[in-house]
Amino acid sequence: MAVTGTNQSPPALSATAHDGDDSLPVVLIHRFPTFTGSLFPSLPTHFRLLDLLTTDASNLQSASAILCVGPPPPVTPEFLDRFPSLKIVVCSSVGVDHVDLPECRQRGIVVTNAGSAFAEDVADYAVALLIDVLRRVSAADRYVRAGSWPVKGDYPLGSKVSGKRVGILGLGRIGSAIATRLAAFGCQIRYSSRKEKPSLPFPFYKTALDLAANSDVLIACCALTDETFHVINGEVMTVLGKQGVIINVGRGSLVDEKELVEFLLRGDLGGAGLDVFEDEPHVPKELFALDNVVLSPHSAVVTPESIGTLQDVVIGNLKAFFAGQPLISPVID
Amino acid sequence: MESIAVLMTKPIYSYLQAELEKRFKVLKLWEAQDGSRFLEDHNQIIRAVVSDGGTGLSPELMAALPKLEIVSSFSVGMDKIDLGKCKEKGIRVSNTPDVLTDDVADLAIGLTLAVLRKLPASDRYVRSGMWKKGEFKLGTKMLLYFQFSGKSVGIVGLGRIGQAIATRAEGFGCKISYHSRTPKPESSNYTYYPSVVDLAAHSDILVVACALTNETRHIINREVIDALGPRGVLVNIARGATVDEPELVSALVEGRLGGAGLDVFENEPNVPEQLIELDEKVVLAPHAGSGTEETRKGMADLVVGNLVAHFEGKELLTPVV
Repeated sequence: MAVTGTNQSPPALSATAHDGDDSLPVVLIHRFPTFTGSLFPSLPTHFRLLDLLTTDASNLQSASAILCVGPPPPVTPEFLDRFPSLKIVVCSSVGVDHVDLPECRQRGIVVTNAGSAFAEDVADYAVALLIDVLRRVSAADRYVRAGSWPVKGDYPLGSKVSGKRVGILGLGRIGSAIATRLAAFGCQIRYSSRKEKPSLPFPFYKTALDLAANSDVLIACCALTDETFHVINGEVMTVLGKQGVIINVGRGSLVDEKELVEFLLRGDLGGAGLDVFEDEPHVPKELFALDNVVLSPHSAVVTPESIGTLQDVVIGNLKAFFAGQPLISPVID
Repeated sequence: MESIAVLMTKPIYSYLQAELEKRFKVLKLWEAQDGSRFLEDHNQIIRAVVSDGGTGLSPELMAALPKLEIVSSFSVGMDKIDLGKCKEKGIRVSNTPDVLTDDVADLAIGLTLAVLRKLPASDRYVRSGMWKKGEFKLGTKMLLYFQFSGKSVGIVGLGRIGQAIATRAEGFGCKISYHSRTPKPESSNYTYYPSVVDLAAHSDILVVACALTNETRHIINREVIDALGPRGVLVNIARGATVDEPELVSALVEGRLGGAGLDVFENEPNVPEQLIELDEKVVLAPHAGSGTEETRKGMADLVVGNLVAHFEGKELLTPVV
């Protein structure tokens, strides 16, 4: 899976690009050249898949559907220019910050995402990260494996999860699922979101700053937009406080990563659990020595269950599109 | 009360020691050059012992303290104290229930998630600098990796801690079943299994949350482990001896059990070498179930509170005997 040079052809996708059944609707596959993971196994049954990186240029003219796979590849105006007949971009992620949404809207191109395929998995993962940071699960596991328990004695005390004030940034499907889970731990849930949701029993705060002032923990699970870029900044971290914990399962750039590192190194923040980073796969090395930080390679969604559900959503959206029926998970700006 | 002699068997927690020293004459067994001599010299004045779950009150110590009135344990577990004998001799015993329930339940869920979602392994992967763009898999050893939400959770022992674990798991949409000495009518929404093997057969995740007694020693044996199976996960936050550890190890090594999250072991602080090697299907914790500042303080306050109540002639706060 090495990154190839520009004058070599990119490694092929493992289950695609066949000049199969001509009667099947055509779907162009858009990916990073380095992504060669196997595609959803049921896709070729329903569609004729053409890998953008290897298919003949003539196929691009009439194609109406593009499917993004793997780490979300950018959908820019220049990219869109290549497909005069394009009508739908189907994403296999929840986040669509890699897609120029206004540009798509202008061109009459509809965008769909993973819908709620991942909500439970990401919510589970956010809770997993939170417990890990507060109770030092990964750090203590390292400690035991290093043979330190008989030699150095008990591991230093952590911090109680139950009862903590948890501020959720973004109360969509994922945020709501996180709220349900942590409420069962007796955590006090509060949130900030574009719009207040009066039907939910949790206190609402208009800004991330107000939310941080009333929380022990901040969980970032909102979409990355111009408004939410670096929504968790130095000011928010200061107000969250020295015992404060930040969990990010949204997009790296929701958090000012440079500030985060400095706050953590100075001891001005209690800890962080991060599944996403501003420039993946690069992770600030200064974090590697910290036991109050848990790092994960953007894997909140990778379980067999959610991949299966995702396949259903992807195929469902494509089938609906080609049949002229309502889409399952259109992104509404 | 400052003249009342309280024996601490080991250095447990500095806050606890400080609070005891404010109120009592604290004798520290671990500082004595000759333990037996020390006890002989002080056995006419020692009226209380403060110990923890792992040390308890040994028969030898009980025999060496003729004036012992109360043992106040910094634990909820009572398996290292002969309660029957204490009752016989009129020695009161107190523990620290409730105050640590949340922490232990939190860790049970935390360990379950850490095993299923491979958190320590993922963290190691990133720290090793191995993460490259386009790679989703951690490595070749993706033996067990599944979603927690909606899974079947079987709980052995539905006491305070077992119930707290059940409540949390329900938040994830898990299906709860349990085994205990007798069914609990107030938990009729959970499925009761009179047999632990049947419970294991019907669970994706089996959590041990029962007290260690003669009946529950090795209650998780080979039959139970095999019933849990190659895609099953065992989580133990109770006592190491509730699980037949050599059987557990061989099941994990051979792949007959999918994974394990363990906070307790048969011979702490020693952990079997094979478990150290199985770093993608096993998560290990150093008996940290109640290991938070908030909870340890609460436990210490209870230990002290029970002693004060006893010497003031009042009802114990959390009596066991």
